[in-house]
Amino acid sequence: MESGYLTILIYIGAVVFLSAAILGMSAWVGVKRPTREKLSPYECGIQPVGDARERFSISFYLVGMLFILFDVEAVFLYPWAVVYKELKWFGFTEMLLYILILLAGYVYIWKKGALDWSR
Amino acid sequence: MVAEVTFFILSALALGSAVMVITRRNPVHSALWLIVTLFSVGGVFLILRAPFLFAVQIILYVGGIMVLIIFVIMLVSVDVSGRQQQFSRQWLVGLTTVLILAAELGYALYRGSKGFLLARSAPAAALENNTQAIGTALYQNYMLPVEIASILLLVAMVGAVLMAKRKME
Repeated sequence: MESGYLTILIYIGAVVFLSAAILGMSAWVGVKRPTREKLSPYECGIQPVGDARERFSISFYLVGMLFILFDVEAVFLYPWAVVYKELKWFGFTEMLLYILILLAGYVYIWKKGALDWSR
Repeated sequence: MVAEVTFFILSALALGSAVMVITRRNPVHSALWLIVTLFSVGGVFLILRAPFLFAVQIILYVGGIMVLIIFVIMLVSVDVSGRQQQFSRQWLVGLTTVLILAAELGYALYRGSKGFLLARSAPAAALENNTQAIGTALYQNYMLPVEIASILLLVAMVGAVLMAKRKME
């Protein structure tokens, strides 16, 4: 394995150790005197009403779907970004065309009001 | 040495969390365990020196596909499915399948390394800069398919908007 990844591995180990230590110590050493206020999900703000496990509006689904599509678009940028200097203007124009086609889709979504939450 | 130890830790994590995915009663918990599984598999990709595959695994699977799964959970009624019977009663079919698979795997293990058609590992030189190789292949040799892929994404976008927005107007 490359030494660059070893650094990341050590970092992950440090993160796991630190979070386990902080959470473990506060659970072990900390004094627990729960009150009604302390156990509420939010100490300030509106009290939650009803159950979160119910059906959701289709607008959430639409946002999720569009997120995945732009996610796939972003994946194509990664291999381009590592070689765009070698590809020169050819690669740049190509990527510009690719982005423009998707920009047309974005404009369509915008004009159609799919991102408009109140409708 | 470090690579081997990491591989075994990641494999154990992937398998353990995969078992957790299919045994949890709450689908949201299953989804969270699936994230652990996908991350572990991504780590294995990194050990195999496929950093692009690792990035795709994180961005598309952990980011994108998980959103899709969460939305399916939101759209179906979790309340009802939580109270339903989780496992099907077709245990005879399941047992037969498991026995056949176990016999096959046992025979292969009994034959040793001859029993497996192991892939020849790529030479170390081919592993260097493989993300750059993907980039060159995609944007030089397969330029048209990439552009067609963007049109496909455009069609999917328009389709999603049409399907979700039709009833509101």
